[in-house]
Formats: sequence, C-alpha cells, structure tokens
Amino acid sequence: MCLAIPARVVLMNENQMAEVDIHGVTRTVSLSLTPDAETGSWVLIHAGFAIQVVDEEFAKESWELIKQIEWVDGDPAEVSA
Amino acid sequence: MTDLQAAWRDPELDKHLVDLITQAADRPIKLMEVCGTHTVAIARFGLRDLMPPNIALLSGPGCPVCVTANRDIDLAIELTHVDGVVLATFGDMMKVPGSYSSLQREKADGRDVRIVYSPLDAVQLAADLPDRQVVFLGVGFETTAPAIAMAILTAAQRGLDNFSVLSVHKTVPLALEALVNDPEVAIDGFILPGHVSTIIGPEPYRFLAERYHVPGVATGFEPVDVLQGVWMLAKQLHEGRAEIEVAYRRGVSADGNPTARARIAEVFEPSDAEWRGIGVIPGTGLAIRPEFAAWDAALRFDVTPPPPKEIPGCQCGEVLRGVTLPFECKLFGRACTPEHPIGPCMVSSEGSCAAYYRYTDYGR
Ligand code: SF4
Repeated sequence: MCLAIPARVVLMNENQMAEVDIHGVTRTVSLSLTPDAETGSWVLIHAGFAIQVVDEEFAKESWELIKQIEWVDGDPAEVSA
Repeated sequence: MTDLQAAWRDPELDKHLVDLITQAADRPIKLMEVCGTHTVAIARFGLRDLMPPNIALLSGPGCPVCVTANRDIDLAIELTHVDGVVLATFGDMMKVPGSYSSLQREKADGRDVRIVYSPLDAVQLAADLPDRQVVFLGVGFETTAPAIAMAILTAAQRGLDNFSVLSVHKTVPLALEALVNDPEVAIDGFILPGHVSTIIGPEPYRFLAERYHVPGVATGFEPVDVLQGVWMLAKQLHEGRAEIEVAYRRGVSADGNPTARARIAEVFEPSDAEWRGIGVIPGTGLAIRPEFAAWDAALRFDVTPPPPKEIPGCQCGEVLRGVTLPFECKLFGRACTPEHPIGPCMVSSEGSCAAYYRYTDYGR
C-alpha cells in the first residue's frame, strides 16, 4: 500500500496539478507536496500525489558504489553518502 | 528510469551482496521488515532463500490494511448504512473482513461503496454529488497521510461540507518501539520502510538506536535495495554499532519531505491507535485536529457498531508481530487462500500470508 511509482513530469497545469508519464501512461497528479518538481523531473507517485523528486544521477552513482564495495574496507556510510 | 530499475535487479550484484552478508553475519540475527511492499519484494524475488542460515527475515506490521483493527472496519461498515452516505476508499480495503462483514459484501448488498485511486477523487465526488455525504476511509501510514491531509484542505478550501474523512491512519516509529519491547520477538535490526521514510526521513527512528541499541536501515524495493539494507544491518551488528542509515537515497533524503510533514501536522494530531495483534499503541494514530472537525466523519456521524469480535482460528495478529510465520497457521493454504481468504493477512496483496502463499512453497 505504500508503493510509490516513478514517473516523469510532462506538463504543469494550474492548481499545482500536472500530467506525468508512468511507463507510457499519462496520469494527472498533484505536485502540491513536491514544490520543487518541474517539467522533466522524475517524481515518486503515491495515491495521486508526487511525494518525492528523485535525483536520477544520485541513483546511478550509489549503484556504481555498491559494485565497488569490498568487505574489508566496505563502509556503508560511504554507500549511502 | 526503466534502465535504472533494471540496474537494481542485477543478479551479479545480488550475489556480491549475499557474499558480503554471509561474511558479516557471524551470529544468528533476526531482522524485521515493517513494510508490506518489502514483504512482497522479499517473497517475490526469493530473497529469504538467498540468506545465509544465520539470518532470519521476519515480517512485521507493515501492511496498513492488515493492521487496521476490526473495530475500525466495523465503524466504516456501519457508516455505509447511514442514509445518503457514499463511502469511498482505496481498493485494498474492500475485501478486508471486519467482525461481521466487509465493504465488498456491503456493496454487493446495495450500499454505496466506491473505490478511488486518489483521495482527491473522493473530494471531486463530493462536489459532483451535492445531495450525498461522501465519507473517505483514510487508511495508511505516513506515506499516505499527506494525501489525505491535502484532500481535507482542498475540501475546506472549496467549501465542501458534504465531504469527511474517517481517519484510521497510523504512524510507524512508535510501533517499532512496541515491537522492540516485545520479549517474544527479540529483533536485532529493522529494515525500515522506504516510502514511509520518504516522508519522515531517518530522524524519527533515531531513538531506536540510541535508547534500545537496535539498528535500522531504510531501503527501497528492488532486490539490490533490500540486500544492501540487509548487508548494512549485518555489518552494523558485526561491528557492534546501532545506527539509523539509509540505503535508498534516491527515494529518501536526509530530511524526508518537510512539505508533506507540514500538511500532516496542519490537519492531524497524534492520537492513540489500535493495531491488530498488538493492541493500542499511544501516539501512533492521526486524529483530525479540532480546526477541521467539520470534515471528521467520526464526529459528523453518530454511529456505534456492535462490539468487535475476532475471526476464529486466524492468527493474523501473531503473524503481524513476527511471532508466528504464516504457514504455521493451521488454516494457511487449506481453509485460507487468496481466493478464499479468512483473515486480513491473506486478503491484502501485501499481507504476509498472501505473499507467502503466492510466491513460496513453504508449508505445502
Ligand atoms: S493464513 Fe489466513 S487464517 Fe491464517 S493467519 Fe493468515 S490470514 Fe489468518
């Protein structure tokens, strides 16, 4: 029930509503909980609301980091930094 | 983003993480996940079978539908009997049995029960049906509560006095304290819910590490996310540390979502809440503030459902505390299946019983 789906903001409408693209499907959601979202932003959608703006670069970066972890000097703080 | 998702389903990375986990787990440890979406991910990707023998993955009270007490479901059902009421809720709530009935059964009997995708749809329904009373049954954790708060604020702004909310929302951190204090479970670490943490950030869990020395890692829902979370917990325990960390930085920022939290605080205040299987946990409910009493269904309608009763033979309450595994219930897979569910843990697709039944062959 707490699932949130990634979507990209396609068009900003009035009243903080926006059209987003979820895997090719267009949906109207509210951006009232994510004032920083803009056209082109990746957001997480839950119950008709964007609840988080996703930093795509960040996602790739931490994935690259996991690949490099070795047990001896693997520092979880580094992974999540 | 699809590429990105694929990156988090990389079997080689999984194997690498399992190796790391195996090295770190130098004693038996019990980790509990408290998010229905994690329950499903762990079962669906077979992550339990990848674990070294030292690591037990338990499921906790992470499915908001499952933890809703019979008393609250009974109240929602009673509201559908009030003249002129349209009860709107998320699809997950329809089949959940209360003491005597379910919303689905009431709908089949002719009551007006409607499924909405967003609480804003319920607000619009109230605007479209000025002669009816639209009641939204608000269920969910911190992930969902901001959306319901926005629905109430929108109804207030639009002057819709035929909209109201029955709030049975719950908040997670203090429920974890109740689990830590449960001698029957003895949890070594928590896999913290990713999208609850999107809203609240890591801070509200800090007391678990500081006061109880129980570590927690907030993580996402792809196999790599979950395994990374398990590894970070195993490593903390190996090193004797207890901290709250985040393994899901693409979904959880250091401060969570302050705007969403501000909306929750504007509309709701902490209250006591009854959790199935656990009982009343002070401060884990979200009651509608007196300023918004006009949109509080619990105050607007004077209904009293008959006294609640438990479902005979169902051990969903014990399952939700991590004390009993789904297949240890005598009804699991026999009288109780997703097609003919007896208790909420089998009804909800995110319930532990449903996840075990669909994706594993335990107990069969
Ligand atoms: S298998 Fe069915 S009856 Fe048994 S605990 Fe789970 S939901 Fe309840």
